Amino acid sequence: MARSHKPIVWSLFAAGGTFSAFVTPAMILVTGLALTLGLLPAEALAHERMLAVVQNPIGKGFVFLTVFLPAWHAAHRLRITAHDFGIRADGAVASVCYGLAMLATVTTAVALLRF
Amino acid sequence: MSPRPYIRASSTTGWWLAQPRYVRYMAREVSCVFIGAYTAVVVVGLLRLAEGAAAWVDFVNALQTPASVAFHALALGFALYHTATWFNVTPKAMPMQLGEVQVPGGVIIGAHYAGWAMVSALLLFLVGA
Repeated sequence: MARSHKPIVWSLFAAGGTFSAFVTPAMILVTGLALTLGLLPAEALAHERMLAVVQNPIGKGFVFLTVFLPAWHAAHRLRITAHDFGIRADGAVASVCYGLAMLATVTTAVALLRF
Repeated sequence: MSPRPYIRASSTTGWWLAQPRYVRYMAREVSCVFIGAYTAVVVVGLLRLAEGAAAWVDFVNALQTPASVAFHALALGFALYHTATWFNVTPKAMPMQLGEVQVPGGVIIGAHYAGWAMVSALLLFLVGA
């Protein structure tokens, strides 16, 4: 039987979709809107606090998952959606989508390991 | 060539505008653009954090510009739509059976929403200074 990376891509899509569903709305609220809306004090995102998060093993793991899983979920869905918008160059689309997800994953892993 | 060549009735690019449920389908699919873009924001934030306190303050200030707030508001809307559409298909994606009884779809969906509320509350609690 021909080998395919479909199971890997599909499981990352499913895991990423689930993780995004549970975590991404709250994360967007916290980092993108809470300060402006006055929901959080400015100290909530202070440098030393954020540094403490990325230096802690659990914090590192959480931040890694926050990038890794949603990035692969988005990459796979964007690839499929490009077809829905009439783009038929699947090979090029797949390379760009998965390439960006890989770049985000590796950049995050390297940055987190250096903290 | 056949005497009556097939002529495609709908456009390959704009077919989804034909019906509201196609538009809802596309809105669900396009949510990935915002979820993907948000991961890029997190990656940039990590790199700025690594550069030191001054770079981090610049990043946090940039997050509060009108363009950034507009992006995050839109991204939040799509992220919530993703959450709702993801949870609403869970009974089909992973049906559950307890002994002989099929767990009703509403229970599976409700459990996801309850878990989501807890995860979100925990995250906000941990961040809250």
